[in-house]
Amino acid sequence: MPVRKVMKANEAAAWAAKLAKPKVIAAFPITPSTLVPEKISEFVANGELDAEFIKVESEHSAISACVGASAAGVRTFTATASQGLALMHEVLFIAAGMRLPIVIAVGNRALSAPINIWNDWQDSISERDTGWLQFYAENNQEALDLILAAFKVAEDERVLLPAMVGFDAFILTHTVEPVEIPDQEAVDEFLGEYEPKHAYLDPSRPITQGTLAFPAHYMEARYTVWEANENARKVIDEVFAEFEKKFGRKYSKIEEYRTDDADIILITMGSLAGTVKEYVDALREKGVKVGAAKITVYRPFPMDEIREIAGKAKVLAILEKDVTFSVGGALFQDVSRTLINEEEKPKVIDFILGLGGRDVTFENLDEVLSISKKALDGEKVDEVNWIGLRKEIL
Amino acid sequence: MAESPFKADIERVEKEYSEKMTPGAIAKIPGSSVVNKTGSWRVFVPEFNRDKCVRCYLCYLYCPEPAIYLDEENYPVFDYDYCKGCGICANECPVDAITMVRESK
Ligand code: SF4
Ligand code: SF4
Repeated sequence: MPVRKVMKANEAAAWAAKLAKPKVIAAFPITPSTLVPEKISEFVANGELDAEFIKVESEHSAISACVGASAAGVRTFTATASQGLALMHEVLFIAAGMRLPIVIAVGNRALSAPINIWNDWQDSISERDTGWLQFYAENNQEALDLILAAFKVAEDERVLLPAMVGFDAFILTHTVEPVEIPDQEAVDEFLGEYEPKHAYLDPSRPITQGTLAFPAHYMEARYTVWEANENARKVIDEVFAEFEKKFGRKYSKIEEYRTDDADIILITMGSLAGTVKEYVDALREKGVKVGAAKITVYRPFPMDEIREIAGKAKVLAILEKDVTFSVGGALFQDVSRTLINEEEKPKVIDFILGLGGRDVTFENLDEVLSISKKALDGEKVDEVNWIGLRKEIL
Repeated sequence: MAESPFKADIERVEKEYSEKMTPGAIAKIPGSSVVNKTGSWRVFVPEFNRDKCVRCYLCYLYCPEPAIYLDEENYPVFDYDYCKGCGICANECPVDAITMVRESK
């Protein structure tokens, strides 16, 4: 029987790793994700998890050890955040290019400078072009579930890409919620043992991995990463369907919330989606036709689903905790690009908010709504809006 | 200079490289180093004095590349396609049979 326990998202991530039975975990502690490897080391020390737990001297080494382990042919896991993920940057490309299905739990945290340990998504958003799959959790249960799903998608032969699962710093990493821990047996059935087909070391089958490619081959190699990302769209749907059958919780690349007959749809990710849904409920009671959509899978970007949602509304308000300097946020760009060739398209307005752990309040969302309403009425509004900015101290 | 014993692999590796792309661009047989010579960044190069050599094989054991192999009489042979000029062999040689000299091309 699945058991329910009250735990932080960090612990939920560690539990997911325990259930997935990776053979190697290499990690370096960094706030706010430190508890993930801490808890895993406890599992390993207690003999509850039969794995090699490698303590390394930096995140660069952590992901490098993971690449080595995964290339040797075993299921591999690590956790990090912020500067730690940034320190992994160059190796993230290598993991994707070598098509190694490593899974990273990311406690989404702001980047320096100034130093800030609180939540936004700039860390993993900055890694969106590495080829990794990206999932974002709304709550602690999703942190656990999405890690399990991420392993299955990553290891699928049509995909073979590494995956990161993000959950918001402190809002989730350090906040307790009831989480259902699935049965080990059920997880075993769902995931199966990782059987590497392409990347594994065997003295009787010598291969060269991560080799040099001249211009004649490099482009094709990169294209296969593109192709794998495309394939992942379908595989994710299949895996989510299987997950629902096995564990009863339903996931989709984008979750729509009260979008029918909505004039304005607020699109966001992570724990902010919870706040936005409550906000939508409050507004619906007042008769405002507004809906929400939560992006659960950010890479591959769910373009078909975005187009479907766009067909329902006149204004798409993108709420995001990241900045891509000079053009707006990353989500804003992705949504805009998705709709660029549509004949009829809603207005897309970007709202950058909640950076570095700034609370996102209903008052902030009122501001989002009032700008969106102006756009709905045909008034000209800024494409990019910084919400909750303390202009008086600038 | 005697011919490198790896020369035979070159054709095999080049053929492999022309085959279809594998997931992760894995070369199904190893040996990219056979095609990609690594001896071109050298500043110093070992000069070998056969008359002094006592065939202790320390140079052969310590060469990190390994760019030293042994001929029929078990004297060391230096493969300059792969020797990176680190000078470890010269340092290890107990009878100074190896001197590092500035490479001139
Ligand atoms: S110089 Fe270095 S690389 Fe060259 S033969 Fe001597 S030990 Fe090997
Ligand atoms: S270390 Fe010196 S003496 Fe020994 S085999 Fe090499 S060259 Fe000869």
